Amino acid sequence: MSKERTGDAPALKAHDLAAGYGERPVLNGVSLEVAAGELLAILGPNGAGKSTLLRVLGGSLRPWRGSIELFGRPLGEFDRRALARELASVRQESSAVFPFTVLEVVLMGRAPHLGPIHFEGKSDLAIARAALERFGLLELARRYIQELSGGERRRVFIARALAQEPSVALLDEPTAFLDLKHIGEIFAMLKQLRAERGMAVVATFHDLNVAAQYADRVLLLKDGVTIGCGPPEEVLTAENVRHVYEAEVYIGRNPVTGALTVLSAER
Amino acid sequence: MTAPARIQTAQPAAPSPSADDHEDLKRFEGAYLSPGRMIAVLGVMAALLAVVAAVAVAFGTVRIDLYRALTQSASPDHAILFSARLPRVLMGAVVGAVLAAVGAALQALVRNPLAEGGILGISGGGAFGAILALIFGYHLGGSPALVPLCAFAMALISTLAVYRLAQVDGRLEPFSLLLIGVIFNAFWGAVIMAANAVVDFYHAHSIIAWLMGSLEAPSYYEVAMVAALGLAGFAMLIMRARDMNLLSLGDDAAADLGVNIESLRRAIFLATSVMIGAAVSVSGIIGFVGLIVPHILRLVLGADHRLLIPASVLGGAVFLVGADLIARTVIAPAELPVGVITALCGGPFFIYLLRREERSALVG
Repeated sequence: MSKERTGDAPALKAHDLAAGYGERPVLNGVSLEVAAGELLAILGPNGAGKSTLLRVLGGSLRPWRGSIELFGRPLGEFDRRALARELASVRQESSAVFPFTVLEVVLMGRAPHLGPIHFEGKSDLAIARAALERFGLLELARRYIQELSGGERRRVFIARALAQEPSVALLDEPTAFLDLKHIGEIFAMLKQLRAERGMAVVATFHDLNVAAQYADRVLLLKDGVTIGCGPPEEVLTAENVRHVYEAEVYIGRNPVTGALTVLSAER
Repeated sequence: MTAPARIQTAQPAAPSPSADDHEDLKRFEGAYLSPGRMIAVLGVMAALLAVVAAVAVAFGTVRIDLYRALTQSASPDHAILFSARLPRVLMGAVVGAVLAAVGAALQALVRNPLAEGGILGISGGGAFGAILALIFGYHLGGSPALVPLCAFAMALISTLAVYRLAQVDGRLEPFSLLLIGVIFNAFWGAVIMAANAVVDFYHAHSIIAWLMGSLEAPSYYEVAMVAALGLAGFAMLIMRARDMNLLSLGDDAAADLGVNIESLRRAIFLATSVMIGAAVSVSGIIGFVGLIVPHILRLVLGADHRLLIPASVLGGAVFLVGADLIARTVIAPAELPVGVITALCGGPFFIYLLRREERSALVG
């Protein structure tokens, strides 16, 4: 685990987490640390416990064991609304049942900052506008969320999370449904926010190459157990990937970006 | 639906600060709920309600001379206006307001536009509670508060039972909710008919009135009672209106945004049961108001519950006062129970909604 960052407590720190549903264990002894401004990718095959880990980190699933700290404070000490001002989640399935406009959905990100009967003011609109603009969604502001494509909706919900102005963003499969252009855009935006505000990002990925290209560090999970955690080059070795994904792979370098590249070597 | 085709660089310029604030407000106008829009919409609807109520007071089964009614307190016109028409119109407005606001809140609770007090069997439970109080109340001293109290208690029990039974593995299944609601509705109907069969003729008449839903001959006391309880429920709902917006993103996403889901649900259960109990104890089961009104308003005004709930209050009042005006005049000098009119409008509307829901469920 890299610990090169000095100074205050890490943005998010989890120690020895175990969690599951009912009697069924999903996570077993997972620990991690994310510094402000860092992007940690959680990788692993289906059922490895990636989404469960995000649920536990976000406070929506109580762990059986272990501790979580947000800037050195135990997660349990935050009340819901205070937590929502620090920590934003985007889940895999995101939509709304009633005809809300894109702007209204993004403005919902302001709710933790407002009293129960306060209307969103100018500053909230400016924040929502900025979030929409960052993702090229301004033109869609008046459209109903149900009318959008899966990829557009995904970007709207990431924009909503950013409107929360969190210090930590938990993104479950942020690149699902997105084409290459928008994947690049999202990571450019996240990079900017990480630099500007020191926002930490923890995201799950299916695509190892996307993770290797954009993440500072990766956490590789198999059956709820950590196989490796560190920079992509150290963790995504042929041996680790073969063990975790049960497939032969070729690992090389992207000649343009220099990022680690994982290709299937199954014949 | 395609995204607007425009070339975008991977690194858009950082958003410029307050410079184009004004331009933004214009660009976003109508795309979100501003206090100005809220006041304008509610003002127009209140004016509409005033007009409809005035018409409903002026017309009815018999013609009255309004001038004489207002100036001569001994005239029969005066008596008709103030002891028959006015309380009835007021009651229609209050009950319609309550039913529509309850419909909007229940739809938010179950994240489904097909929910409504009548369809979910809650009104039926309330009506049974009211009838129990009516039959046994005389033996217990007959306090006038007993009927709405029992109606509220049974409505709450019915709500909780339907809600619990519709949950599968902790998730609320919309169609099992509807099925269970419909079953409860039929069940309460049967229980009430059974009660009808065993009580004497005097009680039997009022039981039938309850089942059909009628605004006949209310007293000012009853109007005030429903208005007071309705207002209390409305206050609870409006305080949680923004949470209802967040709830439509799903339980998990709402919790992520700081909503205490359990406390929100409890607030909605309690408020809607008080409101339905109050309405049912004076007017019986008037169906579909809570379905039609919020749905149409949502199409026109958008989904934000901070506007939808107060707008449903006004819209429900307009709808039921209008429906009752039709009920009183369409076969004059005889009258139809107003529940007949709302059900005649509501049945086809429900089927239309159901078909639409099924289609959108298939499309995704």
